[in-house]
Amino acid sequence: MIIKQLSIFLENRSGRVNEVTSLLGAENINIRALSLADSSNFGVMRLIVDDLDKAIACLEKNDISIGLTSVIALEVPDAPGGLAEVMRKIDKSGLNVKYMYSIPEKKHNNAIMIMRFDDAEETAKKLEDQGLNILKQEEVLNL
Amino acid sequence: MWNPEKEQIAPEKLREEQSKALINQVKKLYERVGFYREKMNIHGIKPEDIKSIDDISKLPFTTKMEMRDVYPYGMLAVDQKEIVEVHTSSGTTGKPVVGAYTQNDIDLWSEVMARCLGMGGVDASDTIQNMYGYGMFTGGLGVHYGARRIGANILPVSSGNSKRQLQLMQDFSTSVLTCTPSYCLFLAEFAHEYCIDIKALGMKAGFFGAEPWSENMRQDIQKKLGLKAYDIYGLTEIIGPGVANECEEQNGLHFFEDHFYPEIIDSETGKVLPDGEKGELVITTLTREGTPLLRYRTRDITYIMPGLCPCGRTLRRIHRLFGRNDDMLIIRGVNIFPSQVEEILLGIEGVEPHYQIVVDRKGQLDSLEVHVEVNAAIFSDEISRLERLERTISSQIKTALGVQVAVKLVEPKSIARSEGKAKRVIDNRDLT
Repeated sequence: MIIKQLSIFLENRSGRVNEVTSLLGAENINIRALSLADSSNFGVMRLIVDDLDKAIACLEKNDISIGLTSVIALEVPDAPGGLAEVMRKIDKSGLNVKYMYSIPEKKHNNAIMIMRFDDAEETAKKLEDQGLNILKQEEVLNL
Repeated sequence: MWNPEKEQIAPEKLREEQSKALINQVKKLYERVGFYREKMNIHGIKPEDIKSIDDISKLPFTTKMEMRDVYPYGMLAVDQKEIVEVHTSSGTTGKPVVGAYTQNDIDLWSEVMARCLGMGGVDASDTIQNMYGYGMFTGGLGVHYGARRIGANILPVSSGNSKRQLQLMQDFSTSVLTCTPSYCLFLAEFAHEYCIDIKALGMKAGFFGAEPWSENMRQDIQKKLGLKAYDIYGLTEIIGPGVANECEEQNGLHFFEDHFYPEIIDSETGKVLPDGEKGELVITTLTREGTPLLRYRTRDITYIMPGLCPCGRTLRRIHRLFGRNDDMLIIRGVNIFPSQVEEILLGIEGVEPHYQIVVDRKGQLDSLEVHVEVNAAIFSDEISRLERLERTISSQIKTALGVQVAVKLVEPKSIARSEGKAKRVIDNRDLT
């Protein structure tokens, strides 16, 4: 139910994203989802990859600062008001989304959002109680 | 204690020896070294004017620039055939400075380095992994000679190749490390990545020098490596490492003043300051034969610590260096030493002292940027946390130093460091 997200510290300089993604590509690691957040000085790339262990080994070997975070993959109706409805339920459960981004592929007619909360385990339970569908790691990778 | 007779010498006896050596040295330099004869003539000093060590302040200073000007052999005080070894300091700007050694100089170097190692309890049963560079740099061979004198086992591995360093450490049960403090921390980080428990090796001592470091950095090294970390001081011009070293009290570095006479001066006026007052360290080599120096201006800032050390050594101590007065940055009228920034960084949970200070001038205003490497302990997937860390560092520096700084987190190991000296300051200002 909980998905492991890899995050990478990146300096803001041209070509850096290319360098990092090339490293992963060379190791045959596929990126399933990605978001890039930036401040004026640096960026943090967040990734869901198909082979986590291999990705960690590859990045560490290249002196890249990484972090592992538990996140949740949530199914959201791909229709007007779909996300609003989900957010209303999250609000109702007293939860706070730290950040979110979407996965490009679709499962049936729904979109998939990756969301970061304070406590992923507890959040997952609360959201299921609200009738929301949370995807497992394999499901995300097999989309 | 390696040499109790010399290290616990009675102060009156020491002065007597120093006086005798100085009179002798000045006479010899006047006779043999044109550079000093001219200099003393210009200052109206004759060798006869020097009657005791108290007269030392009558002598002119020697500067690094002057040593460069007479490169390579202009400072030689003996016949060239007496020279058995030559070292040079890294000449980052212009010509290097030269230290030439007679056999007696090498023996002297071995003696003072043996005293240094003895202060950390090193004896013949120890295995010393010497990670200072061998070559023209004095670090490698200086430690080597001291270890030989003591009869300890020495691994002359030199700097670099961190994986091999760790392998040797484990295979040969290294008990003593010698390297720069920043390389030591780098190695600890490296060991951690390779899942090697460096602390479990049970090393007893490390002698760290060749760059300024802080008390916090010492605590960090001791915690990570489980050894006692000693500060060692030296410079190529004087002899190399082995001019002063910390004893087991780790409170100030005993100066081997029976061979190297220390004075603290006001950098501006050149006036000698009393013990306890901070200023520029000036050293006279009382017994060197190859390239002796009178009142060499080190540019290092420290003070002579008054009072006796509980360890029983009578040789006076200098305080750990506060930085160099030529590395000192003046930012909008505020004097800043890189070691102050380091001290602050080490005080912040999780932050490691891998940093670089970048100074620039935008318009008429100097700007100060501090780059700090991100590590696993401080990295977060949340931008807001990283930004908060930048603000914390910046506000602490502002509080402590009184200048506004921009803190920038940079990628790990992106700041060049450690095989030699970490470059702490980049000054992009065009001040000409």
